[in-house]
Amino acid sequence: MTPLKRRAIVNRLMNFLAGTAALLVLLPLVLVLGFLVYQGGSSLNLEFFTHMPKPVGEAGGGMANAIVGTLILIALACCVGLPIGILGGLYLAESRDPRLPWVVRFLADVLNGVPSIVIGIFAYTLVVLPMRRFSALAGGLALGVIMIPIVLRTTEEIVRLVPASLREAGLALGLPNWKVTVRIVLVTARAGIVTGVMVAIARIAGETAPLLFTAFGNRFWHSGLDQPVAALALQVFAYAISPFDDWHRQAWAGALVLISMVFLVSLAARLATRGIQRQTR
Amino acid sequence: MADGIQVFDLNAWFGSRQVLKNIGIHAPANGVTALIGPSGCGKSTFVRCLNRMHEVVPGARSTGQVLLNGEDLYGPGVDPVMVRRRIGMVFQKPNPFPTMSVFDNVAAGVRLGGVRNKDTLYEVVERALRQAALWDEVKDELHKSGSSPSGGQQQRLCIARAVAVQPEVLLMDEPCSALDPIATAKIEELILDLKKDLTIIIVTHNMQQAARVSEWTGFFLMGELIEFGVTRDLFTAPREKKTEDYITGRFG
Repeated sequence: MTPLKRRAIVNRLMNFLAGTAALLVLLPLVLVLGFLVYQGGSSLNLEFFTHMPKPVGEAGGGMANAIVGTLILIALACCVGLPIGILGGLYLAESRDPRLPWVVRFLADVLNGVPSIVIGIFAYTLVVLPMRRFSALAGGLALGVIMIPIVLRTTEEIVRLVPASLREAGLALGLPNWKVTVRIVLVTARAGIVTGVMVAIARIAGETAPLLFTAFGNRFWHSGLDQPVAALALQVFAYAISPFDDWHRQAWAGALVLISMVFLVSLAARLATRGIQRQTR
Repeated sequence: MADGIQVFDLNAWFGSRQVLKNIGIHAPANGVTALIGPSGCGKSTFVRCLNRMHEVVPGARSTGQVLLNGEDLYGPGVDPVMVRRRIGMVFQKPNPFPTMSVFDNVAAGVRLGGVRNKDTLYEVVERALRQAALWDEVKDELHKSGSSPSGGQQQRLCIARAVAVQPEVLLMDEPCSALDPIATAKIEELILDLKKDLTIIIVTHNMQQAARVSEWTGFFLMGELIEFGVTRDLFTAPREKKTEDYITGRFG
């Protein structure tokens, strides 16, 4: 066998292996989605989105309260996670201090690795115990804390990618440093930051553990942010461990809705940033 | 009364490395002053000292006196931001803001400086683009991204952005080094046009360019100003041996 031929064969083999690995990445997602559609698709109808859960034994009913609850929790989490994450990330990228950014970066990575149930306990101690009740606020805080390190680190990375020449151009126009940072650097990094935020939202949308003893769940419409609130992930959990076939089907449908929401958020992020990137080029 | 830019005893450092030694020049108002010299000789650092951009780099510092129409730009209580509003700058590589439109790029300095009125902004943008001889080429594409024009147009866009805030001085740091000869010719034409309104200091590697556009030329070498004088004299009868060696291509 000539060396040339061998090289060609190795090349093909490696191409094949890499391609197969790439396809294998898709496999779990396709299987999960397929199974969810198979199990939950039949229980998914308009009623599921517009109606409240029905008592055991009664057919039908939906998870309208849980869908709205999840959206409320995401909104609350964003109130906590976005300002801290984005401003903190800007600081990390722009600071010339030799020590503090290093410490913050390290601790953010540690926070990113903390099991989410521990963050739930944190919110429980900080909000639930003093208020003496479970609440949407506590759940939002727990999810917001989970968002912080993700948003922080992506913002930092993206802001670092903004060319120094743009910053200099702004300064040379006679603009104060903070205006250059906010109106030029941050605006240029916008697309990447939006992606980071969407990734963080997708991550927290499905969190269950930190909500168990903070948002707690609720079979009814929530009656205020200081009251327990339903969440899709919690409802799916409660229904899945119940002994009723009807609830099992509802749990499948809930899981399908949850994963679809995450999917749509990711897709929206991709489309939104693609538009801006095309403009950038 | 002195006019234009006068520099006395300017020294500049990056950390402990001195990159400019006792520089003194006078760039008269409404004239073009060219700075030539081999790479790394300190020309760029010198112009960055004039609009106080040098100190933006971590570890960089400078001493000396820079007078703009007799006013010390390094005096106590002088805000570098105000200095930069009076002394605009065009960089080596065109650097339009990519997420802003052509219009927003030109309007950036004025708008972020606090002007909101749409008609005023439009006037500013049109005037600046006409000054930069770019208006006819982009007037129908003002909404397009700042990075959509060609390289030469982008550089003129950056010139328009700089002159939009009506500075008294325009610093140009090798503005043509990334451009082809045709785009370069347009920028040179533009320089001769702009000097009616401003004082221009241009750093260039291209000696023909210096000879074509400037009245005054300074030759830098290793952080020192070897010779400064009327452009024609410097190129035809240099006083210094080093200048002669450089312009005749014997070293560098």
